[in-house]
Amino acid sequence: MTEPLVTRVLLRLGSAFTLGFLYFPLVVIGLYAFNGQVVQRWPIEEWSTRWFSVAFDNEGVRTALKNSVIVGLVATAIALVLGTLASMAIARFRFFGREVVTFAIILPIALPGIITGLALQATIKDVLGPWGVVFGLGTIVIGHATFCVVVVYNNVLARLRRTAGSLDEASADLGADSWQTFWFVMLPQMRTALLAGGLLAFALSFDEIIVTIFTSGAQQTLPIWMYSTLFRPSELPIVNVVALFVVVVSIVPVYFAQRLAGAEGITPTRTKQAASDA
Amino acid sequence: MTSVSIGEAPPRQGPGRRLSTFLYRHPRVRLWALLALPGLWLGLVYIGSLIVLLLSAFWTTDSFTSELVHEFTLDNFRKIIETPVYRDVAVRTITMAAAVTVACAVLAFPLAYYMARIASVRTRNLLVVAVLMPLWASYLVKAYAWQVILSGQGVINWFLDPLGLAFDGRSNVGLWLVFTYLWLPYMVLPIYAGLERIPGSLLEASADLGGRSLRTFFRVTLPLVFPAVVAGSIFTFSLTLGDYIAPTLIASDQFIGTVIYREYGTALPIAAAYAMVPIAVIFGYLLVARKLKAFESI
Repeated sequence: MTEPLVTRVLLRLGSAFTLGFLYFPLVVIGLYAFNGQVVQRWPIEEWSTRWFSVAFDNEGVRTALKNSVIVGLVATAIALVLGTLASMAIARFRFFGREVVTFAIILPIALPGIITGLALQATIKDVLGPWGVVFGLGTIVIGHATFCVVVVYNNVLARLRRTAGSLDEASADLGADSWQTFWFVMLPQMRTALLAGGLLAFALSFDEIIVTIFTSGAQQTLPIWMYSTLFRPSELPIVNVVALFVVVVSIVPVYFAQRLAGAEGITPTRTKQAASDA
Repeated sequence: MTSVSIGEAPPRQGPGRRLSTFLYRHPRVRLWALLALPGLWLGLVYIGSLIVLLLSAFWTTDSFTSELVHEFTLDNFRKIIETPVYRDVAVRTITMAAAVTVACAVLAFPLAYYMARIASVRTRNLLVVAVLMPLWASYLVKAYAWQVILSGQGVINWFLDPLGLAFDGRSNVGLWLVFTYLWLPYMVLPIYAGLERIPGSLLEASADLGGRSLRTFFRVTLPLVFPAVVAGSIFTFSLTLGDYIAPTLIASDQFIGTVIYREYGTALPIAAAYAMVPIAVIFGYLLVARKLKAFESI
């Protein structure tokens, strides 16, 4: 320890302040979910859980939740397939254009969401529209899958780097064909990385709004329902309940992903490392 | 022990096996098979869309029907350069991004330093997760939570009221606070990683050579961790430039994101041309960051 006592005390205070800052709004919005009144005034004067049942019975919330789950599951499935294939290619091969591939994978989350959203919206409307493609759950899935690939890719790539390619070769030497090697040797090694990547992809999709607004047409996911309801003051108590629910649904998968893949697996800032060491 | 189980699993026959053998002998084909789907998806769906967006910036819309007219023109770019409003909004957004980046760095540094150099390994791991959890919590909920907190009857004004003060949450200062909050974890993590990589022996050497702690900090620690700060700033900068939800909820001024969002329905070419502004700024920023060796510290 080279730091003097005063510095350490100050650092401790600064850290406590920053951490408190990070959790303060989440706690406040959690408390508002139990606000019995329609008016959003602090301090909360009347505590109640009645908005939970109101939110549960709300038709708009139910439809939006159903849409969010469908979109999340399909986008996660696509991202799992694409991310795994890409990470296997990057981990086990050296080839011309390898950097271009890694760059294309991280670009969807490196560029601002509004760019991705606007680009997809222009393409769907102007290029795919004449072919009969209409905005809906399908186009939401296309957008979500595109930026979910990177979290699966990161998790699986990190795992493949740690496991030796010699195991695959040993499997081949023992007479297994590529499918058997994949099924009995590679997949068991990747299983937790796939699960972690899948959980994160779902959490990412479940929360996404910036790209979704551009690709959704008339369909509503839960964040879109929330955003459109924010401007109706009488329905804000329901929004508070949904907000608490959304935070819990997005944090729980992240907690489990972290247990499965370590803190590294859920660190989005690692994405560029994948590009720089390509 | 002697016969293991060689006799029990004869090599499989059939097309699957033959294909497998073929792939094994042709690694190039195997590589292409792996890359085909992700390449098609990202290449066609994503890069293709970006190209369509770029092209849209050179088209125009029919003034009566708002339909796209596919005629090459530079008018959109001329318009966003010559109209003062577009220029002002761009300058305001870039200034905001810079202010947010500075605030994030100031708030992130003590926590990152504490995590990297003072906390025990156990506490450190807990803190990393504690920083990551709010990062993954819904972006919209966080922005909305701040709207509630900053409102006239919210928590902040409840604190300030007895002091005879009031804070106008619906302002650029409010938005600055909210952006700083939203992107703070993206700054903490790279700085933490950067600090952790500095060998303790370097700091001890500085102390041995007579450097007091402040001097060591400014002459040794800060220069070594600077690329990590730049790395974090890529995120705080880029995310602020493109956002339109938080400005809509918190501020009344226009920002690049809100202008694009307002224009795209009726004037896609203008929106597309204006979208090139954040793209150009971010690519420029990435080039500078690369010069500063920031990529090695992400």
